Amino acid sequence: MPTSPVLPKLVGSRVKRREDPRLIQGKGTYVDDVKIAGMQYVAFKRSDVAHGRIVSIDTSAADAMEGVEAVFTGAQIAEFVAPMPIGTPFPSPDHRVVATDVVRFAGEPVAVVVATDRYVARDAVDAITVRYDILPAAVDPEAALQGKPIVIHDKFPNNVAIGPIPGGTGVSPDGKSVDDSAIEKAFAAAEIVISQRMMNQRLAPSAMEPRGVVAHYEAGKGTMTIWSSTQNPHILRTFIAMMNGMGESQVRAIAPEVGGGFGAKINIYAEEYVVAGLSKRLELPLKWVEDRSEAFVATIHGRDILGYIDLAARRDGTVLGLKMRLIADIGAYNMLLTAAIPTLTMLMANATYAIPAIRVTLTEVFTNKTPTDAYRGAGRPEATYFVERAMDMLARELKMDPAEVRRKNFIPADQFPFHTQMGAVYDSGDYEKALDRALQNADWDQLKKDRDKAKAEGRLVGLGLSMYVEVCGIGPSASLPTGGWEHSQVTIERDGRITATTGASPHGQGNETTFAQMLADQFSVPFEHVTILHGDTAVVKQGIGTFGSRSQAVGGAALHMAGNKVKTKMAKFAAALLEAHEDDIVFENGRVSVKGAPAKGRTFAEVASYAYIPVPLPPGLEPGLSDEAFFEPSNNTYPFGCHISMLEIDRDTGEPKLLRLVAVDDAGNLINPLIVEGQIHGGLAQGIGQAMIEEVVYGEDGQLLTGSFMDYALPRAIDFPRFELDNTVTPTPVNPLGAKGCGEAGTLGSTPSIVSAAVDALSEFGVTHIDMMLRPEKLWRIIHGGQA
Amino acid sequence: MAKVSVTVNGKVRTADVEPRTLLVHFLRETLNLTGTHVGCDTSQCGSCTVLVDGRSAKSCTIFAVQADGSAVSTIEGLGKDGQLHPLQEGFWEEHGLQCGYCTPGMIMSAVNLLADNPAPSEQQIREGISGNFCRCTGYQHIVNAIQFAAAKR
Repeated sequence: MPTSPVLPKLVGSRVKRREDPRLIQGKGTYVDDVKIAGMQYVAFKRSDVAHGRIVSIDTSAADAMEGVEAVFTGAQIAEFVAPMPIGTPFPSPDHRVVATDVVRFAGEPVAVVVATDRYVARDAVDAITVRYDILPAAVDPEAALQGKPIVIHDKFPNNVAIGPIPGGTGVSPDGKSVDDSAIEKAFAAAEIVISQRMMNQRLAPSAMEPRGVVAHYEAGKGTMTIWSSTQNPHILRTFIAMMNGMGESQVRAIAPEVGGGFGAKINIYAEEYVVAGLSKRLELPLKWVEDRSEAFVATIHGRDILGYIDLAARRDGTVLGLKMRLIADIGAYNMLLTAAIPTLTMLMANATYAIPAIRVTLTEVFTNKTPTDAYRGAGRPEATYFVERAMDMLARELKMDPAEVRRKNFIPADQFPFHTQMGAVYDSGDYEKALDRALQNADWDQLKKDRDKAKAEGRLVGLGLSMYVEVCGIGPSASLPTGGWEHSQVTIERDGRITATTGASPHGQGNETTFAQMLADQFSVPFEHVTILHGDTAVVKQGIGTFGSRSQAVGGAALHMAGNKVKTKMAKFAAALLEAHEDDIVFENGRVSVKGAPAKGRTFAEVASYAYIPVPLPPGLEPGLSDEAFFEPSNNTYPFGCHISMLEIDRDTGEPKLLRLVAVDDAGNLINPLIVEGQIHGGLAQGIGQAMIEEVVYGEDGQLLTGSFMDYALPRAIDFPRFELDNTVTPTPVNPLGAKGCGEAGTLGSTPSIVSAAVDALSEFGVTHIDMMLRPEKLWRIIHGGQA
Repeated sequence: MAKVSVTVNGKVRTADVEPRTLLVHFLRETLNLTGTHVGCDTSQCGSCTVLVDGRSAKSCTIFAVQADGSAVSTIEGLGKDGQLHPLQEGFWEEHGLQCGYCTPGMIMSAVNLLADNPAPSEQQIREGISGNFCRCTGYQHIVNAIQFAAAKR
């Protein structure tokens, strides 16, 4: 009997990424690395005013430049590119891919240049002159809701995009029937009410690779190939086909190496429609790559939700009710999912607590700013921040340990699946376990003594703690306008190698590695024998994409299902070959054999070969080993955790320094703990960035004041301590892997824990809340008696 | 047009370029060395970091004509004889990258860091790579990767 080496079990192991060798040697291909013979370059002339009527555009100097192929104004583009589509069912104003008459944010495109060289294209853009009749800019969302100083879209009085939409206890699912009795009763019974206005500020997603697109329309074939730095090539294909009057079969969308996305590359942007439309019209391959300064105005922003929070409780810390009035400043237009993102803040208002009565009202408002949309966490960090800061304020007011206030109000572990006041069904959870683990890892009691000792020495040291629960594994098709399934095809090749496709198109998540680990275990074959393909609609038949922490929980589940289908068929071939019953066939260490009789078996490759040269063909079987699966989840997953921060503020300069960050996260079962660690680290960095240094700032005239990395503070290596990670494991029942998703978790708990730590550090000055980010000047003023 | 002659990864490369051509575009467009990336336009992000005469430099901040007569090393030239450089190995071993976009610049900065200080402390590593942004990793695994390489030398 031939002996096979025993293959290690890979699921659950810290397997090194197979993506890395090409990337560490500079051999990856990102969009800007794609070159096509005859390719020309596109550049956009953008509005330098926040709000204005276009009086005239003079393109004559640009037209006359050597190397300029064509120049188009918005009106000319409108002749062949339709207005921007959106992906939500909410009402939306007319949004031209290139402005035709009115510009509504600084950076909105007003004209387009095509030239032989990227430098010439930029020269030509600079040679275009645009005259505007400048209008006042709506910048402050609350003023904008009064129609001040101006109404941006005629059909949206007082700049109200949506709302106010009610949600929560006593509100029917369609929002039409509202019964206030429960929430009023809760507040009437309260012994203490915490009320605070809190700002969850606007952020710039800032993937290190800016966006880019190459479009190649081949007139002879009537086909379009579009390379884009996107998180979801299949959705891109759908929209590009629709906008160009083409069938989906005629469009091939490719997401090559994608240099980070963080939600911002879910959108299909004006530049993608314009470059594709121009490629078709001019019959030229065209490339556009975003500059970083363009990215700050032209790529969506995230967050920007103002919350008026009221928390009703008894003096023993029991929470009785929660009210949240939310105002989301969504900028000038609706993008693909813009309107839906703040609804996730509503959905997650219950947080980890058994709050008996909740009322949330949400209003979305237009302002003269870059549109917002999904940014890592997308609505859930905002909910977590509002609730957790309020819980912290309650603890402080009651002089209770912030951990104990949380513990008193947790949804008990035996109450899952738990139906929240907001209509969510939390799949599984054990919040107390995560809290206890975090307290233990941080050595909470000692930490409090350390803080007290530091304070006694005159240092400004504070502790903060935050729980979180998020909605991930997005998500049943009912929750997503594109459909919420994921697709995979698994093929056993004739030589016994495995090729699998996934619609979960990664941009740093390492799916080539984790998915290969899964199939290697599923078939008991060497990891090196498994290839994962993604990111090309000509290769991957169907897909949705990578966002909402769904790769593993939805994409991984589809892969597992497709693998099982093929395995079942392969067992039938093996049964015929080995004259055994298919139920007795086992896959072990690269061999397929009969259970209990390992000598009676063949190599995996031999069985695969038989399936392709099936002589004789077993009755009832088709040749070949390839099958696909669409996985439709029955529910979202709800990962959770606890983050603890220790922060010190310099009394003289107001500068905050993060001393410790202890995180316990529960993402269910983990496929590759090394990759999960990386995801948590990255999320923490962005959550800490929001709390401490990141903020998109506009001037009163609607000009972006943080329009480059010189003014927008992206965290550097020196901004962080070494993160202290751990995890608990509470599998989800909603997919066969028990995996919940981990991509966004870090952005949820870290942020409020840091702000609470800052408030704790400055408690001697009587401060109860500090709005983000923790600008040293702001902290200095609190310390030195000025205004916060 | 101006004639430039630059020794890139050990080979002399001569070309006519516009005087305003940035070194990074000379490398990427003229020489097809696309491993060096562009992540910003204000010299903050460090994705375009290469070595010019052995010192790390942001190639988006240098004109190709300024590099005339210099020796430039890019990520493509780092491994020798099919062997990964210890820093490349470290980034792989320690999961020092996710999307990989900042990685070539980060590695080239770390080459300079370890040349100056073969046994840096964690704080020195964090300071040493603070001219390079990474939005994916939170830097901890990058620090581990550089420590791995330092230990190996």
